[in-house]
Amino acid sequence: MALDEDTYAELREIGARYPQARSGLLPMLHLVQSVEGKVTPEGIEACADVLGLSPAEVSGVATFYTMYKRRPVGDYLVGVCTNTLCAVMGGDAVFERLQQHLGVGNDETTEDGRITLEHIECNAACDYAPVMMVNWEFVDEVTPDSAVDLVEDLRQGAERTSTRGARLCTWRQAERVLAGFEDDRVDEGPSAGEASLAGLRLAQEHAWSAPGLQPPGADRAGRAELSGDGQAGSVRERGAEREGTPDDKHRAVREADTHRAESETVQEESDD
Amino acid sequence: MTEPVDTLTPVLTANWADERSWTLPAYESRGGYDALDRAFAMAPDDVVAMVKDAGLRGRGGAGFPTGMKWSFIPKDNPNPTYLVVNADESEPGTCKDIPLMMASPHTLVEGVIVSSYAIGANRAFIYVRGEVLHVIRRLRAAVREAYAAGHLGQDIHGSGFDLELVVHAGAGAYICGEETALLDSLEGRRGQPRLRPPFPAVAGLYASPTVINNAESIASVPSILNHGAEWFAGMGTEKSNGFGIFSLSGHVVRPGQYEAPLGITLRELLDLAGGIRPGHELKFWTPGGSSTPMFTSEHLDVPLDFEGVAAAGSMLGTRALQIFDDSVCVLRAVLRWTEFYKHESCGKCTPCREGTWWLVQTLTALEKGQGSEADLDLLLDQCDNILGRAFCALGDGATSPITSSIKYFRDEYLAHLIQGGCPFDPAASTVWADSGAASASGVTPAGSVEAGARTEAHR
Repeated sequence: MALDEDTYAELREIGARYPQARSGLLPMLHLVQSVEGKVTPEGIEACADVLGLSPAEVSGVATFYTMYKRRPVGDYLVGVCTNTLCAVMGGDAVFERLQQHLGVGNDETTEDGRITLEHIECNAACDYAPVMMVNWEFVDEVTPDSAVDLVEDLRQGAERTSTRGARLCTWRQAERVLAGFEDDRVDEGPSAGEASLAGLRLAQEHAWSAPGLQPPGADRAGRAELSGDGQAGSVRERGAEREGTPDDKHRAVREADTHRAESETVQEESDD
Repeated sequence: MTEPVDTLTPVLTANWADERSWTLPAYESRGGYDALDRAFAMAPDDVVAMVKDAGLRGRGGAGFPTGMKWSFIPKDNPNPTYLVVNADESEPGTCKDIPLMMASPHTLVEGVIVSSYAIGANRAFIYVRGEVLHVIRRLRAAVREAYAAGHLGQDIHGSGFDLELVVHAGAGAYICGEETALLDSLEGRRGQPRLRPPFPAVAGLYASPTVINNAESIASVPSILNHGAEWFAGMGTEKSNGFGIFSLSGHVVRPGQYEAPLGITLRELLDLAGGIRPGHELKFWTPGGSSTPMFTSEHLDVPLDFEGVAAAGSMLGTRALQIFDDSVCVLRAVLRWTEFYKHESCGKCTPCREGTWWLVQTLTALEKGQGSEADLDLLLDQCDNILGRAFCALGDGATSPITSSIKYFRDEYLAHLIQGGCPFDPAASTVWADSGAASASGVTPAGSVEAGARTEAHR
């Protein structure tokens, strides 16, 4: 079924955010998923129409990115990180347990259409390993039991909340937010999880700060006496002689730590 | 300067525990957006010079001086200049930009405004990976608030400077962290890297002059405006100035984010993080994500700055310190990373597309205890045919875990051959292994069956 006029209008609205409308193709495909439940041929044609591209060109883009699905996705897309760190910390066990419990394999959906299970790559939450994502919200420090508990609640229609985010919405609602249409959940959840604050907490405890800055938390704690005691081992002396920062291209290149960066800059130089 | 600097130096992380830290009122209550007027009082070139003098080097991995990158923007190009923030944080182990944007998106937005002013850009984009819904909510809301407060839009703070900022969500592709692939993706194409030259500074987004910086680099800029280049350069080491967020993950007692001057060591960081989990010893670790050659307990005292890590044979990368203790099979870890690179290879160049496939085949056999010692040489030969021959750094990165693990753990590879399989129990490495609360869920030895299933299931 062709997409309705409202969706077409929103697709054009996405394109209009950019100097060149084609830049909006990725968010447009997110919108297609929110409306269609996957990337459909009709959705591809709609994007192609709006952008003046061929469906093949749009399809070529849609098939490149793992977040775009060619098969219907359940209400909750459950992704278990099985990249190395999460895997060894327990992600493999969580993924295997969920496969057994739900009776589905990777990238498959339960018969009731509620849960699609997949394993995912590193989602930038390694300090909370093992990590699971539900509709791209963080579920931190998951265990096989807690994972099963969560998916069961979701199947029963119970409301659950991300460990570091909002109440879980459906996958289609999430895709709409990714397309650039805000929902009202931005103020839910904390600023940060405890692991994100590990260093800050220590700094508060020891009244450590960057030079000249008020130690974190000191303002709120009424700026307690900051004695510089007991932390002798924690400070590092800095050399008096400093060469300072690179002030020319050649030196900067020498000091960049990848051969690739060096060779590129050398090429650029010969370009000048 | 001989002033001692504290062990930890929260700047970017300083407000993360504040009440509703992601909102504009909370950010402004700490002096947020003060850097704008400081910048507008200066000529754009002076802002560039200030960031150069500070010695800020790219926080996305390569460590190229940020101010110098800015100065490559040509003055005589008739096309508009663009600033693109690389917030596609996906390098395994890297988890600093995501919490930054979740807790304090305004820090990044403020950095974007100052940086855009410096390079003369009236359009900027934050390319954030799509798989982080709540982070995208917070970023979008921050941009909306900043517009409403007059920090974005026309004639910002009466300076005459205009800036439009778009938050752009990606769609799942590690390769889009490579800056030219990111540009293709932002143009609505498959995210594949471009041949260089021309460089983005000359022909980037829409073939126009473009600066691409990592999110943490841009987020560091307001602090330089507020406290000065000398202040920034007064932290860190001789050639690696300033502070950075060090991300500790894995088998440590308190994994998390530790913002410290560059040059801190893993030994110091482990002290802060409560050490390796009780009853175990450090076995191997990555200094800057999986693409940086691994280190061992020999490297506890390597200064974690660009020069120190390079001198020890690896790269500082993104300061993504993934810590693995003695319960972990290095071959299992390396195979899993290699499967990742194979999955994420964009397919544009043959060495990476085909090479990563062959690496997985060879490693999978070794992990099952099949093959012979000569396969280690085969692996190294395969790596040799990828490293430096791939189109972009993804292929190079794929070889790092393999070559470094063979260097330090050759015997462990051989043990798989001798035993006809993995000598490790994968259940022993889990978070709950030592707690007694383990859920006996029967993972296959070393995940080998599953590894096979993964290979089948992909793309």
